[in-house]
Amino acid sequence: MSKADIQLILDTAMSFREVLERPIKKVPPLTGKTIANMFFENSTRTRFSFELAERRLSADVLGFQSSSTSVSKGETLKDTARNIEAMKVDMVVMRHSASGAPHYLSQVINANVINAGDGSHEHPTQALLDMYTIREKFGKLEGLHVGIVGDIAHSRVARSNIYGLKTMGAKISVCGPATLIPKEIEQLGVEVYHHIDDLLPQVDVLNVLRIQLERDAGRLFPSIREYHNYYGITRQRLDRAKRAVTIMHPGPINRDVEISADVADSEHSLILQQVLNGVAIRMAVLYLLATRN
Amino acid sequence: MRKLRAKIIDGQGLERTLTRLAHEILEKNKGAANLVIVGIKTRGAMIAGRIARKIEEVEKAKVTIGSLDITLYRDDLLGRLDQPEFKGTDIIFNITGKDVILVDDVLFSGRTIRAALDELIDLGRPKTIQLAVLVDRGHRQLPIKADFVGKNVPTSLDESIRVHLMESDGEDEVLLMYPETPE
Repeated sequence: MSKADIQLILDTAMSFREVLERPIKKVPPLTGKTIANMFFENSTRTRFSFELAERRLSADVLGFQSSSTSVSKGETLKDTARNIEAMKVDMVVMRHSASGAPHYLSQVINANVINAGDGSHEHPTQALLDMYTIREKFGKLEGLHVGIVGDIAHSRVARSNIYGLKTMGAKISVCGPATLIPKEIEQLGVEVYHHIDDLLPQVDVLNVLRIQLERDAGRLFPSIREYHNYYGITRQRLDRAKRAVTIMHPGPINRDVEISADVADSEHSLILQQVLNGVAIRMAVLYLLATRN
Repeated sequence: MRKLRAKIIDGQGLERTLTRLAHEILEKNKGAANLVIVGIKTRGAMIAGRIARKIEEVEKAKVTIGSLDITLYRDDLLGRLDQPEFKGTDIIFNITGKDVILVDDVLFSGRTIRAALDELIDLGRPKTIQLAVLVDRGHRQLPIKADFVGKNVPTSLDESIRVHLMESDGEDEVLLMYPETPE
């Protein structure tokens, strides 16, 4: 995505934020459009956020989570999608555990496909809402220093944030144990830190990633407790850094693993603001895609 | 390329027209106590701001102003070639029970006003909605009529009206244009 594309999405989302404050939070631009939310991997926040955005724009919405579908009966991704398309669906929002699955799907069906997170590859709308939230707080993205801490190797949020924020002119540093930082990540133009206390005094924003225990991250460091001791974002750590670092987290939070409860709930935390802005970002993406010819 | 056929309103004329509209609105509504002025973006909102200032001068009281972006309510939103930019509606007050003066620069097919009426009604239940336009050029496609008209300009369909305002164009004027090669 180009800088101008990102700018357009962020600006459009800003206009949609107002709709979310109205007494009747519904506008008609996608009337008559049908959107299928295909979540082959569990999700609460992202799925609700997309579904809410779609309903706020007056689209007709259908959706599933993988546990309840014919996928569990052995149907291939392509067949599932083509059957859904045969029912005249205009757009597909898809989350999948395989990297590249949405891209593949977009080539075999005519409906627009939106990536709601694919494996450890990308999560574009999360990065957009993160950028929106940072811009809302600082008034700009250019020149800011954003740190990303945690399981960089398995994180689609990290990758999308790096691409987006770099494009917008921010400086990015990543931090985590060597086993969770991909080799040659410097190629993406980021700096690597292994000690969080070295990074904290330098950043404006810290994006704290969840330790994804379901993706086997548990094998890559000795224990949750040790991770918390070395990388957990705590009040003491932030006080020591002597800098008012803005804290973000894509959710869901493992309290007292990657972030301590008091930091997550502190005035420096934008975590719930991210959730609200996520609806506006998804409205903007859906709207721009539907009205483009 | 479009060429100038005539200057319909000049700078001074525009001032006088807006002054008259402000007075007509006040006369009909017996003051400004229950009024809110809502302009349709972009130039309708600018004209709304000017009318509101004139009303404030006469009444010596603050008038509530808002602006509407009717993009999401357009009836031709899906399937247009150019992607309309959504700049957002700015109405941070409750319009329920108010007399809403809806302001636009040019009244033509009436479709913009239809969209604006739908959006306003989604925002609340005004006591009345009254329409004020700078220019009415005719050719309505919907049963919509303005309550306050700056100037009626009979036009042919291939002509167009261009409104220039100080805020956006550095000059106040209304121009009647026609296509260089007749279609």
